[in-house]
Amino acid sequence: MLTRKIELLVGLFLLSGIMAFCVLVFNVANVKVDTSDSHYTLVAEFNNIGGLKVRAPVKVGGVVVGRVADITLDDRKLVPIVTLKMDKRYDQFPETSSMSILTSGLLGEQFIGLTPGFMDDDIAMLGEGDKVFDTRGALILEDLIGQLLYSMSSKDK
Amino acid sequence: MNPINFIAAVGRYAIALVYSFGKAGLMLWGALAHLPNPTKTLPLVVKQLYVLGVRSMVIILVSGLFIGMVLALQGYTILVDFGTEDSLGPMVALSLLRELGPVVTALLFAGRAGSALTAEIGLMKSTEQLSSLEMMAIDPLKQIIAPRFWAGVISMPLLALMFSLVGIFGGHLVGVEWKGIDSGAFWSILQASIEWRQDIVNCLIKSTVFGVVVTWIALYRGYVVQPNPEGISRATTSTVVQASLAVLALDFLLTAVMFGN
Amino acid sequence: MLQNPLVEINHLGFNRGDKVIYEDISLVIPKGKVTAIMGPSGIGKTTLLKLIGAQLTPNSGTVLFDGVDMHQLSRTELYQVRKRMSMLFQSGALFTDMNVYDNVAFALREHTDLSEDIIRSIVLMKLQAVGLRGAASLMPDELSGGMQRRAALARAIALEPEMVLYDEPFAGQDPISMGMLVKLIRELSNALKLTSVVVSHDVKEVLGIADYVYVIAEKKVIAHGTPEQLKQSDNPQLIQFIQGAPDGPVPFHYPAKNYQQELLSEPD
Repeated sequence: MLTRKIELLVGLFLLSGIMAFCVLVFNVANVKVDTSDSHYTLVAEFNNIGGLKVRAPVKVGGVVVGRVADITLDDRKLVPIVTLKMDKRYDQFPETSSMSILTSGLLGEQFIGLTPGFMDDDIAMLGEGDKVFDTRGALILEDLIGQLLYSMSSKDK
Repeated sequence: MNPINFIAAVGRYAIALVYSFGKAGLMLWGALAHLPNPTKTLPLVVKQLYVLGVRSMVIILVSGLFIGMVLALQGYTILVDFGTEDSLGPMVALSLLRELGPVVTALLFAGRAGSALTAEIGLMKSTEQLSSLEMMAIDPLKQIIAPRFWAGVISMPLLALMFSLVGIFGGHLVGVEWKGIDSGAFWSILQASIEWRQDIVNCLIKSTVFGVVVTWIALYRGYVVQPNPEGISRATTSTVVQASLAVLALDFLLTAVMFGN
Repeated sequence: MLQNPLVEINHLGFNRGDKVIYEDISLVIPKGKVTAIMGPSGIGKTTLLKLIGAQLTPNSGTVLFDGVDMHQLSRTELYQVRKRMSMLFQSGALFTDMNVYDNVAFALREHTDLSEDIIRSIVLMKLQAVGLRGAASLMPDELSGGMQRRAALARAIALEPEMVLYDEPFAGQDPISMGMLVKLIRELSNALKLTSVVVSHDVKEVLGIADYVYVIAEKKVIAHGTPEQLKQSDNPQLIQFIQGAPDGPVPFHYPAKNYQQELLSEPD
């Protein structure tokens, strides 16, 4: 029949399995338990998002201030709409701020760089659901090379 | 060989395959169809968790550690040529969580626990213990098969998670402690590249599916064994062979569904 | 013929694959008596017990237990009937992962709501009856073959069944344990008013304890009667079996081609 030792060992086994799961989720995948009131949402419209992915970071001078929550296509204007989940701690960005899609390193992951704009008395801060108008899309390497070749060949003439 | 005979042999084989699928399905259905009295089944499941889970832990943890270390060592020698050795973390962690964790755990589980299950049930059959239960008006499917099935299905994902975690730790040992990758870079790049839904949940799904398949095959092989020593030894071998093949084939299918597009 | 039948087997036929095991067997097992079924080995005597317990389904004929056709019952009804019988397997079939005490207590724990105290008393009584109370805490693999069979007997009578089926209870036993088992079967049958069915080919022991004997050979019942009647029978097959003669109506040689021809012919 069941001895206490077996029960104890099985308990330890189950616990270590669950612990492994928790360590993997919280330390390795780095999931943060977050509630909706620690965030506010921003929307931005880009002409081209390149290789931007959901969960890509939003950075200000290298500091992560939010993440991409959703990427959709505006069905009338046919341009990509990016929804951002911004950290409530950083909510002092003026409406004049601009966003651009940048690449970390030459071949790295893409992220959104946020450049705070100038402040003035009649300029409000960005808040829940606001839209950022000043955006620059991703640089497409192929386009750049194409332009470079074109300008070089036109210079030659 | 005469082509007609060949076609007939293929047909016979196919019929035998369908027949054993049906029989295995009926066995599982008979074992799990009616939820039995939990106060009687739970102690049996706990005991089998000990036999299948706890006793497999040592081999799983040791193999996980070594596989993580080997992965890191091989990965390092390749990545360092491109100057991207900082990406060792995600390489090790993703290989473990997406593939090696579930697959190697399932293969080891088939060898360690699956073969033991087949031999145990085969022995119970050949010593008439199953018939004896039947004559005592106790359904051997519910008494013997069902608790072992549940214990196998619960143990596999837990073992796969432990395997992956220990493997990542082994990768850290080699990458950071031995090869001198910066610890902060190792972890932060690793954390940034693992998506918990994509990687950890899929690891769990894969290993649960493998747990079902390995345990099912092992139980079925034991249940239909020829009740003599030779039959039992053949059944344990076929458990390991069939379970391993099934795991590898299913792994391809699951990977194609999960990560294919 | 006999009053009070507990089991009636009518025109039973059973095939395993293409091989006919039984053609047409009819026999009656009376209540409260020791009935023996004898026959040479390899004729499927164990199969007959499994047919009575409805672990196997016959191809024709019926098995009635207390008037109920065993093979027409639903699974639940069958399990209810099986609680009234138990079977002593040739190997004992003790559960190898439990000690002797838990083996005997097993059916009580599964089928009754008795408290552990009462179960303990019943188990100790049953073990005392087979002389193994001192071995309660041993594991089955620590017991000798004869002790295993006695422990299995204690388990078989734990739920106080109406009928016990003994499958070759004497096979492979030394004379002392054989004597113990003979005494036990007889005593249990008398004391508990048990109906016993003993399947065996040990002529001396069986004729010593049985009230009524059926002899099966060549897929049929070839003789039946009380031990005295059988001893006086002039059926040559029966005489060969009871005396253990090596040759007779049951030939020494397995059917083969002509000896001389085969020796002289070319191998194929």
